[in-house]
Amino acid sequence: MVRDPLMARRNWANRLALASTGLCALVTVSVLFFLLGYIAVNGIGALNWAFFTQLPKPVGEPGGGMANAIVGTGKLLFLASLIGVPIGFFGGVYLAEFGRNGKIAFWVRYATDVLNGVPSIVIGIFAYVLVVLPMKSFSTLAGGFALGIMMIPIAVRTTEEFLKLIPASIREAADALGVQRWKTILFVVIPAAFRGLLTGILLDLARVAGETAPLLFTALNNRVWSHGWMEPTASLPVMIYTYAIAPYEDWHRQAWAAALVLMLLVLVVNGGARMVLPRRSVVV
Amino acid sequence: MSSIVPSVKPPRLAVREAPPADASSVAMAVDRLNAWFAENHVLRDISITFPKQQVTALIGPSGCGKSTLIRCLNRMHEVVAGARVKGEIWVDGMNIYGEGVDPVQVRRKIGMVFQKPNPFPTMSIYDNVAAGLKLNGVRNVSVLDEAVERGLRQAALWEEVKDKLKEPGTGLSGGQQQRLCIARALAVKPEILLLDEPCSALDPIATAKIEELLHELKTQYTVGIVTHNMQQAARVSSFTGFLLLGELIEFGTTDRLFTNPSDPRTEAYITGRFG
Repeated sequence: MVRDPLMARRNWANRLALASTGLCALVTVSVLFFLLGYIAVNGIGALNWAFFTQLPKPVGEPGGGMANAIVGTGKLLFLASLIGVPIGFFGGVYLAEFGRNGKIAFWVRYATDVLNGVPSIVIGIFAYVLVVLPMKSFSTLAGGFALGIMMIPIAVRTTEEFLKLIPASIREAADALGVQRWKTILFVVIPAAFRGLLTGILLDLARVAGETAPLLFTALNNRVWSHGWMEPTASLPVMIYTYAIAPYEDWHRQAWAAALVLMLLVLVVNGGARMVLPRRSVVV
Repeated sequence: MSSIVPSVKPPRLAVREAPPADASSVAMAVDRLNAWFAENHVLRDISITFPKQQVTALIGPSGCGKSTLIRCLNRMHEVVAGARVKGEIWVDGMNIYGEGVDPVQVRRKIGMVFQKPNPFPTMSIYDNVAAGLKLNGVRNVSVLDEAVERGLRQAALWEEVKDKLKEPGTGLSGGQQQRLCIARALAVKPEILLLDEPCSALDPIATAKIEELLHELKTQYTVGIVTHNMQQAARVSSFTGFLLLGELIEFGTTDRLFTNPSDPRTEAYITGRFG
């Protein structure tokens, strides 16, 4: 076969494109594995039963754990979901099923994107002014409120995107049976998109689980157990921050352990949900 | 039979009353129907009748408005953003475009089957057929069982699926899925069944099954079918309407329309000179 210089050049261009995009993909994955590995190596040493069951010990005393921070993060995420999930979810349903391409939907989307771009520390100050000041106390409630606000924009947009993936022909089929729109959405469209919707919500939860800045002004921190919802509470991210900047070797090890626990929590929730969910609800 | 069929163009009908056509033999009478997509005037002054317990076919080249017309018949046209309808359609002495008429109620009486089979993806075969009843509040299991079996039998699908009713509807073949959609539409006992090119996504064998089925269905239902396939119209229907550029050019018995068309445009189309 005759060598065609043009074809040769194209082949080289093709190889170059494959190599450069492939390299970037590889870097992305490597960063994740490096991060996971590094945290695991550093954190695993300080992980023991006491870490999950005991309160932090006073400075200088070895041992102790972060039981209060683990429970605190759990309570904060529970409150955040209570606020963020319904508002975000129904907002997304509105955009996908009712607002569509209308003017209101356009502005809602725009506002959602702006809210998503607001620095998390600003959300913290917002919650401080709205909840902490009137109640004259840092609290789990204020922290959960701040995280809940942070969840809304992503919940709105992922819900909208996953509902939009359900073909219009499915809605038409229900319309033609004389089914009211809200029933179609609730019993046909949402179940069909369920897998994606839940994945979106869990990713959203995973994202705010690691937020530190909004908690500094709201949940603050606590060396002991926080009772109820109106007291300051410890949380994993704030504990990581506090322990990492402290000058004690023992605290550094515990900060690594806390980081490992936080990451495992996020991974387990995400991976677990994906495995448990039925395959049938995958978008056709 | 031909007494109820206008020979060339249906007569213009009085404005505020039900059309005076022989009420016992007409299931649906369309009176000067106009439809738009935004500013695009896609149906112009369509008047047509659908005889009771007969198959009426709508034919015409792509873009002639036949799908829009059939979607107007159960108020599905207006679901699309920017779509508009003007005119009257009389069913059982009621104008379905009359003031205060709920389109959701209209659609329960006038079922529809679409071009591509669209079973509900998360539902079993049983639940697909029962969906129309269940979603409208029917909880009684024996009523549902009865409706599912009747629907599947009428759609000639019962024998093929009776042992796997709990399996997902999307696991069936394309032709079976389309018959499942017909069963789903029939389970709510509509008076009229509309089919919008129901065989265009199916192979010849599945198509033959659906056509056979239509002959059965007309013993109980009034059927309206849109098809781009003239042979299909000739095989399944007793009456045919020919549309071109949003206008009803000719309407009559299928036999006459295909053998002795009165409009030269109809003749040009059925002899294959365009379309």
